[in-house]
Amino acid sequence: MLKISNLEKRYGKNEPVLKGLDLTVDGSSVVSIVGASGAGKSTLLRCINRLVEPTSGRIQLNGLDLVDLRGAELRRARRKIGMVFQGFNLIDRLTVMENVLSGRLGYVSLYRAITRKYPQSDIDRAFHLMERVGIDHYANKRADQLSGGERQRVAVVRALMQEPEILLADEPTASLDPKTSQQIMSLLQALASEMDLPVLINIHNVTQARMYTDRIVGMRHGQMIFDGGPKDFNQDALDAIYGGIESPDEQGQTIETAPAAEGASV
Amino acid sequence: MTEKPSHTVGGQSNRTWKKPPFISNPVVRYSLMAGIAVYLYWAFSSLPFDWARIAEGLPRAGRIFGGAIPPNFERSDLLMKGFKESFQIAFLATLLGVSLSVPIAVMAAKNVAPKPIYLLGRSLIIVSRSFHPVIVAILFVAAVGFGPFAGILTLTLYSIGFVAKLLAEEIEEIDWGQVEAMKSVGAGYFKTLIYGVFPQVLPRQIGLSMYQLDSNLRASAVVGIVGAGGIGGTLMNAFGRYDYDFAFAILLLIIGIILVSEGISGWVRKKIW
Amino acid sequence: MGEEKDMVDMTAHTQERTWSRYSRQERLTRFAVYAITLFAIVWAVRDIDIFWPWVWDAPNQIQSLAVRMWPLDFSGWMAIGSALMETVHIATLSTFLTAFIALPVSYIAAQNTTPNKVTLWIGRLILVSSRSVNTIIWALLFVAIFGPGVLAGILAVMFRSIGFIGKLMGEAIEEIDKKPVEAMQATGASKLKVVAYAIVPQVMPAFFAIIILRWDINIRESTVLGLVGAGGIGVLLQGSIDTFAWQTVATILLAIIVLVILGEAITSVLRKKVI
Repeated sequence: MLKISNLEKRYGKNEPVLKGLDLTVDGSSVVSIVGASGAGKSTLLRCINRLVEPTSGRIQLNGLDLVDLRGAELRRARRKIGMVFQGFNLIDRLTVMENVLSGRLGYVSLYRAITRKYPQSDIDRAFHLMERVGIDHYANKRADQLSGGERQRVAVVRALMQEPEILLADEPTASLDPKTSQQIMSLLQALASEMDLPVLINIHNVTQARMYTDRIVGMRHGQMIFDGGPKDFNQDALDAIYGGIESPDEQGQTIETAPAAEGASV
Repeated sequence: MTEKPSHTVGGQSNRTWKKPPFISNPVVRYSLMAGIAVYLYWAFSSLPFDWARIAEGLPRAGRIFGGAIPPNFERSDLLMKGFKESFQIAFLATLLGVSLSVPIAVMAAKNVAPKPIYLLGRSLIIVSRSFHPVIVAILFVAAVGFGPFAGILTLTLYSIGFVAKLLAEEIEEIDWGQVEAMKSVGAGYFKTLIYGVFPQVLPRQIGLSMYQLDSNLRASAVVGIVGAGGIGGTLMNAFGRYDYDFAFAILLLIIGIILVSEGISGWVRKKIW
Repeated sequence: MGEEKDMVDMTAHTQERTWSRYSRQERLTRFAVYAITLFAIVWAVRDIDIFWPWVWDAPNQIQSLAVRMWPLDFSGWMAIGSALMETVHIATLSTFLTAFIALPVSYIAAQNTTPNKVTLWIGRLILVSSRSVNTIIWALLFVAIFGPGVLAGILAVMFRSIGFIGKLMGEAIEEIDKKPVEAMQATGASKLKVVAYAIVPQVMPAFFAIIILRWDINIRESTVLGLVGAGGIGVLLQGSIDTFAWQTVATILLAIIVLVILGEAITSVLRKKVI
């Protein structure tokens, strides 16, 4: 269970990016976080695994306080938090298999890491997960030879290699075409239920948030202003989150068509 | 979409994975490794190391550094004279070299020079680039005698080799539309050069000149070692007379001046860009 | 007719307008730059310690030297060949050995990998002192320490190359894509593991390219080491000049050109292989 309370983050002396945020995620629910650019979604995720240092507040993962961890303790905590990035963040010049195995870096020794001599159990797990997402035949291909959707699958497998207790996904589909991004979203949804894994997804695409997640959290100006199921996420909520903000084309379209799509699917 | 696979992991036959080797063909890989090993052995064993002399090296190094510290700046007139001469050599050689490099660069640019001229320009550049400045310096010293004149000739040639080459490449990459525009208003060859070509490469040329002044200053310290004037000769003499404290003072000044000149040249280039 | 009136008006106005390429301020600055340059030229030419009659005689002298070089004397080709080989060995071995030393230096001299401020400055100090001292001056120093010979040459080339390779590698490390670093940190990897996975693969191509580039430069540098006694073809060149064996000198110069061109050809092939 992830429990965030009164989280605040400010960069330098600027207006805080996160203003006393509270959020609890339990079980294997898939939670999407929506909000305009600059609402603090990305900062929120990065505070959880401390790629960004929170200014104040508490973050607990399954009872462990994350905010005060240092050094080796922090690394031990991080390996229980998988993360998927918007730009995939693969190591382009390494093979798919090495990228996948790098998810085990928090577990294996430096010697094993450098010589690529991973335990057999890790290799089995890697092949199994790659098969699950359909990329096992790429094992010895260089990561930069894959297409965007395939690269994101590699990144998902890398995160799952960590045997995470929670999965964070920061705009995982923003760099992908619409069809591929739907595939990745449905994959994340399926994996969450298969592995009993809570997943937190930052997402721009409100339609996809409604289709693939169990719960939607709306953020604006560093605060949570909506928290509910996809069914409760109506035009009012949309206006509250995006209203008055110049939205990119894609969003504008989403706002108009979303209610219709929702009506059709229900 | 089923949960099954996660339970059958253990049952699956263990698949192994090894990092694909850097070079996939094993024959090439191993022969390359063997080749490197053989070369290293051969190179080391064929070189004439004078081990007895080398063994004395560490105590000698101690004596040299002991003698070099503190550096001796007392003979400042000699220092001043050497550095002044180095500056003069570098400055005059840069001026000469940069001015000569303009016509040579035009000759060596494929798009503005006729074929025979182009080949002549290219070969001029290749000739001036083919030798290390120290070798050029030693030849000029042999031809025109010891002193800064040999240094100026050396560094002029050195500047032509570098500036003309890069300037010619720059001219080859200009926007041709501007040249056509000048031709279409009826400008002749040289007018077209002045209005259609030079303005496009001028910033680059100034940047190159500043860079060349900086590297000529460095090189002027070196050509003096073989007798072509400047601080290098002073340094060589200090080493020859075992005046290590004076030599160390010269070295420190050389480093300081190079750093300052690098800074200035970088600053000017940034301002012009 | 109205048009014509306009035109008349325009000429009336433009009569008082002038055009010049530069504004007053710009012209002053340019004038100052020209004046300073001219002054510097006059000062340098008058002050420099040159015996002018020699200068006017220089074309004759250069020509007569060239004449004395012809025809080339190939009788010493065995000695020249082995001296060339020695030159290549000096360049190759020093480049090879430098690679191992320059890597840790570049690691501590790159802002994003250096452990702390102190190591950063140590790294930068090493790079600056290595780069500011020319190979041949390093050779002078090592000849004084270890005596004439190839060891002094190898050390001299190494000490100069450390700064070159270290600086370029440091820049390559500073310019890496930071996203994989972030991803590796997120897996809970320690700093060394992040380096091994997210940084090393990214800088490998740059590393090979820089090594090859420096090898090419070192071949050229190694040809002159012998002039101060640090081994290679330069020893032979100096000896021939000292004995006025100009025909041998010309042969050696030709051999050096061939070596440099070969070196350039090899590097361009290698570079294509790496990239």
